[in-house]
Amino acid sequence: MTPLLETRGVWQRFGGLVANSDVSISVGRGEIVGLIGPNGAGKSTLFNLIAGVLPPTQGSILFDGEDVTRMPAAERCQRGVGRTFQVVKSFETMTVIDNVIVGALVRNTVMREARRKALEVLEFTGLAARAHVLASDLVPAEKRRLEVARALATEPKLLLLDEVLTGLTPTEAQTGVALVRKVRDAGITVLMVEHVMEIVMPLVDRAIVLDLGKVLVEGKPNDVVRDPKVIKAYLGDRHAVGA
Amino acid sequence: MDKEFAARRRRDLIIAAVLAAIAAATPLFVKDVVVQNILILTLMYAGLSQSWNILSGYCGQISLGHALYFGLGAYTTELLFTKFGVLPWFGMLAGGVVSALIAMGLGYPFFRLRGHYFVIATIVIAEIGLLLFHNWEWAGAAMGITIPIRGDSWLKFQFLRTKLPYFYFALALCCIAWFVTWWLENSKWGFWWRAVKDNPDAAESLGVDVFNSKMGAAAVSAFLVAIGGSFYAQFVSYIDPESVMGFQFSLLMALPAVLGGIGTLWGPVLGAAILIPLTELTRFKFGGSGRGVDLIVYGTLIVLISLALPRGLLSLFSRPKKTGATR
Amino acid sequence: MGLLYGLIAVGLALIFGLMDVTNFAHGEFLMIAMYLSFFLFAFFAIDPLLSAPLVAAALFIFGAVVYLLIVRFAMRAKANAGMVQIFTTFGLAIVMRGLAQFFFTPDYRSIPHSWLGGKTISIAGIFLPEPQLVGALVSILAFAGLYFFIHRTDFGRALEATREDPGAVALVGIDKNRVFAFGWGLGAALVGLAGAIMASFFYIYPDVGASFALIAYVTVALGGFGSVFGAFAGGIIVGLVEATTALVLPPSLKSVGIYAVYLLVVFIRPRGLFGSI
Repeated sequence: MTPLLETRGVWQRFGGLVANSDVSISVGRGEIVGLIGPNGAGKSTLFNLIAGVLPPTQGSILFDGEDVTRMPAAERCQRGVGRTFQVVKSFETMTVIDNVIVGALVRNTVMREARRKALEVLEFTGLAARAHVLASDLVPAEKRRLEVARALATEPKLLLLDEVLTGLTPTEAQTGVALVRKVRDAGITVLMVEHVMEIVMPLVDRAIVLDLGKVLVEGKPNDVVRDPKVIKAYLGDRHAVGA
Repeated sequence: MDKEFAARRRRDLIIAAVLAAIAAATPLFVKDVVVQNILILTLMYAGLSQSWNILSGYCGQISLGHALYFGLGAYTTELLFTKFGVLPWFGMLAGGVVSALIAMGLGYPFFRLRGHYFVIATIVIAEIGLLLFHNWEWAGAAMGITIPIRGDSWLKFQFLRTKLPYFYFALALCCIAWFVTWWLENSKWGFWWRAVKDNPDAAESLGVDVFNSKMGAAAVSAFLVAIGGSFYAQFVSYIDPESVMGFQFSLLMALPAVLGGIGTLWGPVLGAAILIPLTELTRFKFGGSGRGVDLIVYGTLIVLISLALPRGLLSLFSRPKKTGATR
Repeated sequence: MGLLYGLIAVGLALIFGLMDVTNFAHGEFLMIAMYLSFFLFAFFAIDPLLSAPLVAAALFIFGAVVYLLIVRFAMRAKANAGMVQIFTTFGLAIVMRGLAQFFFTPDYRSIPHSWLGGKTISIAGIFLPEPQLVGALVSILAFAGLYFFIHRTDFGRALEATREDPGAVALVGIDKNRVFAFGWGLGAALVGLAGAIMASFFYIYPDVGASFALIAYVTVALGGFGSVFGAFAGGIIVGLVEATTALVLPPSLKSVGIYAVYLLVVFIRPRGLFGSI
């Protein structure tokens, strides 16, 4: 069976800066894959290429067996790619449920059905009690959850999570981890970018470590954390941060 | 499911029907021509502002150039009528279609612009339209067009002895613009527009066709405003570039919505109901002096309301909704 | 002419671009300056050229006061900040026009015998009207001064920093309101300068500002918000385009050229020629 998502020799250059060089990864159906790496490793760039914010300089991206390299984000969403944003981008003047309805409209043209779908997703993500609150009135952790809810409402095959667990309190992070598991159990493949390894390693089936724009290591979380190359990359990073 | 929401929708519709019925009955009691005039203008601006609100309030693309569509509606109707004898009713539709097409044509380059650059572009394009009509001999240039009066006629939509037909048309326009907004508010378009206004990037990631949703809003908005322009031309029976395409119309369409509550269903109606009578009354009371007292009063009110109620007058009525604990 | 547009525009650029506040009353600032200059001439027989610094100083105070009394609150609006700014300054413009009509009457006025008015000077066989020439000189000096001011002094840097991050600026002990009030004053003073010069060769009436305001916006946007040099370049381009259009089209259409060039520029460069924001 073809993988759900595949990048083949993807390069991204910004002027003289190479953000991704020859990145080939694949994500199988039903997996939770973690995309990790130190700051500036090119995670966010790769994430945006997959989400369709911009096309890669070189290489191709396949989703569900189809070449989507140059497809705009909105069409990818229709094909089944859902995403969240690292810096939350709620529709601030709209209520929580209205935020989610925007997503639900991708597969439901009748308003009544879109609304029902949105309520269902709010229930699933534990936001139902806040349905009629303005998005601007939510606390940060709830805004993160709203991002996930909105993306889920588009009924994606692949959910891209951009640092959804970063910056949360331990309790909030635990709730978040539980939600991601629940999403996968509902049959949705998850690709999540995280900076902090400790949070994601217990959660993911497989981890891909990026460093300096390249794939450094790929494998089971337990093997990855023991890999000397990964330790070096992260320690180097920590030294740099400490300096 | 979500009963509260359905109830609110129904309540809005009932309130609108009651208000429309009350408005429709006012001519029975109000016989004064000056007051009738004010009522007609109020209804017209409520309708115009409601239409402006679709593009600028819901979709967030602030246009201060809607005078262009107002003028195009007026000119299309009257040119068709005076040059080709096309009845105003058809001219009105033609004006709406022309405006909607031009709005979409302009959308291609305009919707790439953001913020101030977009607003200035809308002002500039209306100004270009104004200057072109000023110099267009066939369309009467600066002299404008006087609509030949041949007596009261529904067919030609002109009335000398009574203002009532104009009143009911303005009421109908206002109701239609309101109803279109009400209907679109709970449609895919309404949700897309608000999403685009709040955050185009997030909207895009949720499958929203950002560009086309702006185009749709522009077309609906321009169409309705042009109908208003056609009506105004018939109502005043004389048009020239300044009197239908001047910058003041762009502002007068925006102001009621802004004062009442931009991007809301009731804002434009509320704003117009307060602002237009106020404008006319200050002009009536102080304007005769020719010394600008009306402007001082009017301007001061705008400053005070904008500063005191940034969300518009409507925010006075809405109870802040913060159900559920904030954890 | 272009340089004068530039001078009006650069005052606006300072307010509009550097502080990111819309000022729809900018044209009315110009109107006030022209009246001031007129009355100084009518009552004290001070030539507009001499009164220019006085007018600029008066406008400085006026601009700062407007900021402190009104605009400060508009910027603090929690919702629809953009619209609130547009309509407060627009309301202010209407009030100013009304006040001008009330106190100065709607009559057209002009300064008949100024030192500059109506005279021409011949340089290498080309006749140039003196007021415009002086206007051009003053504009260039003002631009140079402002450019230096924004880019080389602490205050200029404070202004830019305040726009970008008022919170952080407050931490290092800069009072946002003082900086912005000064910026508004400066912007208004520049318009004052332009108004004083223009008073000697334009009719003065309550609505005079409106005809220049839109061109000033276009000039600023053409050059790009946030750039003093942009406003200067924009001014020159606008002047040149206006002159060229006047050659090929009837005079009533001369502004069309300016508007068309603006649209063309922003379609190619959506942030104007030198814009940073």
